[in-house]
Amino acid sequence: MDRVFDTKVQLLKYKVVKAVIERAYADNLDQAVYEIPKEIVPGPKSDMRCCIYKERAVLSERVRMAMGGDKDNPNIIETLPVACDECPMESYFVTPACRGCINHKCMESCPRGAITIVNRTAQIDAEKCIECGKCAKSCPYGAIIELARPCVKACKIKALKINEDKTAVIDNDKCVMCGACVYSCPFGAIVDKSYVLDCVEILKEAEKTKRKVYAIIAPAIVSQFKYAKIEQIVEGIKKLGFHQVIETAMGADITLGKEMEELKEKDKMTTSCCPSFVMYIEKHFPKLKQYISSSPSPMVEVAQLIKRTSPDSKVVFIGPCASKKYEYKLEKTGGAVDCVISFEELQAFLDARGIDVATLEESPLNNASKYGRIFAKSGGITQGVKELKEKYGVTKEICPIALNGLEQIRINMLKMNAGKLPENFIEGMACEGGCLNGPLCLSHGDKNIVDVDKYGAQAREQDIAASMTLYEMTKEMKK
Amino acid sequence: MEIKVCIGSSCHLRGSYEVIEKLKSLIAEHSLENKVNLAASFCLGKCGAGVTVTGDGEFWEGVTPETVESIFKEKVLGNK
Repeated sequence: MDRVFDTKVQLLKYKVVKAVIERAYADNLDQAVYEIPKEIVPGPKSDMRCCIYKERAVLSERVRMAMGGDKDNPNIIETLPVACDECPMESYFVTPACRGCINHKCMESCPRGAITIVNRTAQIDAEKCIECGKCAKSCPYGAIIELARPCVKACKIKALKINEDKTAVIDNDKCVMCGACVYSCPFGAIVDKSYVLDCVEILKEAEKTKRKVYAIIAPAIVSQFKYAKIEQIVEGIKKLGFHQVIETAMGADITLGKEMEELKEKDKMTTSCCPSFVMYIEKHFPKLKQYISSSPSPMVEVAQLIKRTSPDSKVVFIGPCASKKYEYKLEKTGGAVDCVISFEELQAFLDARGIDVATLEESPLNNASKYGRIFAKSGGITQGVKELKEKYGVTKEICPIALNGLEQIRINMLKMNAGKLPENFIEGMACEGGCLNGPLCLSHGDKNIVDVDKYGAQAREQDIAASMTLYEMTKEMKK
Repeated sequence: MEIKVCIGSSCHLRGSYEVIEKLKSLIAEHSLENKVNLAASFCLGKCGAGVTVTGDGEFWEGVTPETVESIFKEKVLGNK
């Protein structure tokens, strides 16, 4: 199973989620918090922490997260204080590679006089240091390094703080739940809540009542599960008890169509498909809220469409995204989506149910156009607007910009807030590269974009017209 | 009458959107907008040959973008 995940921390999370799902099906969850850690770390030797007791204590927290986490905390991401290794605080650090030279470029470069030479070695006064990094750049030996905590470094909007006891804490007023910290913490001390138990309940109930449960899968899925064909993954998901598997990209087609309609009216617009981008504007630049597209996100759009054609059904979204776990509970979605699980959790689900997708037959997947499918990459929506705007009657000049990752979003929203952003169609994706590099992907990397483009090119529909027809047709249908 | 066209993956590949477009124009051509309701459904559970279509719950056999017109005439207009 190692080959499926990028990191050992993901593997650990997977083991816990899988064990929780197995127990949910065996109606054996009462002692899960105590028993699963012992199953995963049987002892007597420890290889992750100081002792097996600490390892088990951390694992108990992971089990708690796999079972839904703290219900009173609205954030879907939580830090596990017991798992946090309290990484060193100093941001710039003089390593033993310091030669104690005569030039002292480090000293000269420091604007605050924070560097002194003690016993022919540079020393940084933490009180005076403003973390500008000039000393590190100036040292000809590269002897001064930046020791940023990976979580703090990953959080581009400074929502992660370090407590007095040196553990990481999330500031819920700032956090947009992008999940970058989850993937970047090397100790796995920041974790996304899992709703797999809700998904098990939905599927169990459906089995009894013959209710139809639809899985909507994010287009980034084609860059994942590389040991099998996408058609086999679809078959595997059906074997879990889902009635049908439908592309979220179909919703993306509709979102794109609606956004082009909106563009006819609006002078400036920001996209609505990335919940973290939307949340960023809402929390950090409330003045700009008026520009957020009112079109529902692809997930919500396709779920609403399914519920219109099949009113008593349930819909579960499967994707790479952390903030979708928050979005689906928002009032504005009208309960269209009943549960959200991640690609990581899907792998755990398949294995917990003993489904080896690589051996399965193939089930077709074809609901969306090329444009909906490439929503998975940064720049995808922009490409859609550029290529289709004339066909869909957008006559005004569209000057688009695709903001790739929260850092670019932050810089450009500052500009927009100051009235200095010239573009009028602003696509934003919190994850660098887009959803195909979402925090809850099994594998991350530059190659994922190749798979997404290929999948787009394979679509039967090369235009969003078919999805729009369907949207128009079902719009009038009874709820 | 309610005509339901399957828009699941298999039927989509066999042309369900073309079938929908043809049915829409046939309904308009015969001014049946008030009598025939065209609806869509994800998988009607009969993935076989052609696009799965039902008329008031009755399965229509062998619907494709090519055959839909004659089947419509038979089932809706009663022309044999």
